[in-house]
Amino acid sequence: MSMLEIRDVSKVYRTGTFGGELKLVLRRVSFNIDRGEVVSLIGQSGSGKSTLGKIILRLSALSGGSINFEGTDISTWGKSQLRDYYRHVQGVFQDPFSSYNPLYKADRVFEMVRTVYFPKLHGQQWHNKIESALESVALNPGDVLNKFPHQLSGGQQQRLLIARALLLEVKLLVADEIISMLDASTRVDVLNLLVDLKRKGLGILFITHDLSLGNYISDKTVILRGGAIVEMGDTQKVFGNPQHSYTQSLLTAVPQLHRRWAGAGARAPAGVAANGAVGALAPALVAKRSVDDALFPDGEGARYSKSSLYPARTNGPQKPDHTVNITGPGPGLRPSLMDIPDQPWQRRFGFGAPKLAAVLAADNTQPLVECEPGHFVAVEDEL
Amino acid sequence: MTLKVDDLRISYRTLRGDVKAVDGVSFSIADGEIMGLAGESGCGKSTLGNSLIFLEGRMKHVGGAVELDGANLPIADYKAMNRHRLRDVSVVPQYAMSALNPTRKIGRMTSDLIKSRGTDYRKVLEEFKRRIDLVGLPQNVLNMYPFELSGGMRQRTTMVISTLLNPSLLIGDEITSALDVTTQRAVGEMLMEFRDRGFVKSMIVITHDLSVLAQIADSILVMYAGKLAEKASSGTIVDHPLHPYTQMLIGSLPEVGLRYDEAPLTGIPGRPPSLLNPPTGCRFRDRCPFAFDKCAEEPPFVELRPGHEVACWKAMDENSPVRTEPASQGASVSQGTSASQGTQS
Repeated sequence: MSMLEIRDVSKVYRTGTFGGELKLVLRRVSFNIDRGEVVSLIGQSGSGKSTLGKIILRLSALSGGSINFEGTDISTWGKSQLRDYYRHVQGVFQDPFSSYNPLYKADRVFEMVRTVYFPKLHGQQWHNKIESALESVALNPGDVLNKFPHQLSGGQQQRLLIARALLLEVKLLVADEIISMLDASTRVDVLNLLVDLKRKGLGILFITHDLSLGNYISDKTVILRGGAIVEMGDTQKVFGNPQHSYTQSLLTAVPQLHRRWAGAGARAPAGVAANGAVGALAPALVAKRSVDDALFPDGEGARYSKSSLYPARTNGPQKPDHTVNITGPGPGLRPSLMDIPDQPWQRRFGFGAPKLAAVLAADNTQPLVECEPGHFVAVEDEL
Repeated sequence: MTLKVDDLRISYRTLRGDVKAVDGVSFSIADGEIMGLAGESGCGKSTLGNSLIFLEGRMKHVGGAVELDGANLPIADYKAMNRHRLRDVSVVPQYAMSALNPTRKIGRMTSDLIKSRGTDYRKVLEEFKRRIDLVGLPQNVLNMYPFELSGGMRQRTTMVISTLLNPSLLIGDEITSALDVTTQRAVGEMLMEFRDRGFVKSMIVITHDLSVLAQIADSILVMYAGKLAEKASSGTIVDHPLHPYTQMLIGSLPEVGLRYDEAPLTGIPGRPPSLLNPPTGCRFRDRCPFAFDKCAEEPPFVELRPGHEVACWKAMDENSPVRTEPASQGASVSQGTSASQGTQS
């Protein structure tokens, strides 16, 4: 049993004028994170990677599926249970500066942990705890304590937030783009710190859009596109022998010091040759598609308008079937999460949203196929 | 020679004194050159870029001159600069996606912008539509509001509008930093195409990401703490950097295929010095592993090899500066070998 098991997690956001549309942003995402394992979650903006991080941290409710932490489903836990959950699972986010209140000193974040989790610790005991946490993130207490956030560098701020997580008995750290705002010179320090923590047994979900960072640090890689996993598995297998054309196009687009983009196209055939399924895909086409994908990210997320979900309404007063259950492994929808209730005013003005269950049922994401041990890939559509 | 910057000094007025963000910077950009400007945050690279088009109220022009296409560019004079903005010097802002006026249709906004530059919008409309086609957008974006376009479409629209009057110099400040890899590539390739088609004579691309510059830039200028550290062609900077700072900056970049258990990367310890009262001598001295006595003196920015300028005493010791008279064959070979040993160590 893995430490964290994500099973068929789906998420629907309400979008459009007056929330009249539902948008499926995560489609039956399943993977595991073990103790002492770094899993990098890679995807473009809009692929749903940050949403998944928020769902794991329960900052956002999930629409379908379940999240098991050490064998217990935490997706319906209430506030008091979540307090125990946060003792073990913590998050660090992209912009370190906005994680602090600029009016207070930066070490206030420690104090807030104390009031909630360690109300009995005082004075020297607490100070020792802070010092050992700071030591494990390689910060000198004199440099960072009693300072305002703007007096610290981005790397120091980010490490201070990691130290805050380490005060608790944290087992899983959700690191959402934590180094993309740091300079090249300081981001390596934070990266290497994550490697150290991983060696001490911390599980890390490393969310990033930068493939080279993901490859550097992670044991397992999950590649997300339009809310669905396209490829996942051991990092060396996914990067060394990418099977899905999307993964291949991502790899060719990574800017590298010693190889130009034009020359990088030559990389695709090697990966393609290993797998007959995508053999027809010319490198130029891969590059073209990657550019199209980049410029029209909205085209990827499935968007459900009323008209696409209620085609039968013109013929007769048929209602979509609410009892639809997601097929395949994993538990079905929990009844309490099945419907987002329409507001009365929305119904009056004709803005009633299509039902959540119908959106989830219309999701035809196929399960991944195991192409080699420990390497899963999504079935590609015909071009 | 499109742009020539000579000993430019820009400082920020603060309550505690002047912060010397750009401190005696000289360089030039050839026609058709894309120059990358790299460095850590706070090294003055954005200040340098901004000063060439729009000097904010709190920025002060302390000294130095800028020459564009052989004529002086009055960067300190807000009104005189108006004549040059968009026409001679143009900028793609950092958040190009949110740079468009949300209450105007794209066409109307562009028309206002072009008219404010004293040019007839109808004369450029045909060309505008042609370029909209070129970047793969439908022509009816002119009749759309910015919120009707996706982020990528807005980015492209901004780039077309910025370059509509064929400026001599385009400044792109961190235009690829917030983007994911595929969009980064699309934007980078668009920049190169604009240059190749002559929409823009030369460009300064400001970013902290050296790997993007290695893709699109012809030359790279590395800044540290308000001063120039190194300038060379992008291939030379990536493969044979001479300044220790550049070497460490490149050493700290992870590449695809590199893993922590095979080759752990090292960062650069320490922080850049405060520019309020910058230290004397080499500003990288405190963080430099090779620092020695001579570094207490400020190193000059000299050409050590053809087209390769460095400000570092150590590099200068290992590579004697290029003399005005042509060096003999043997001397240049020995220079080359000693340099390659230097970079390996």
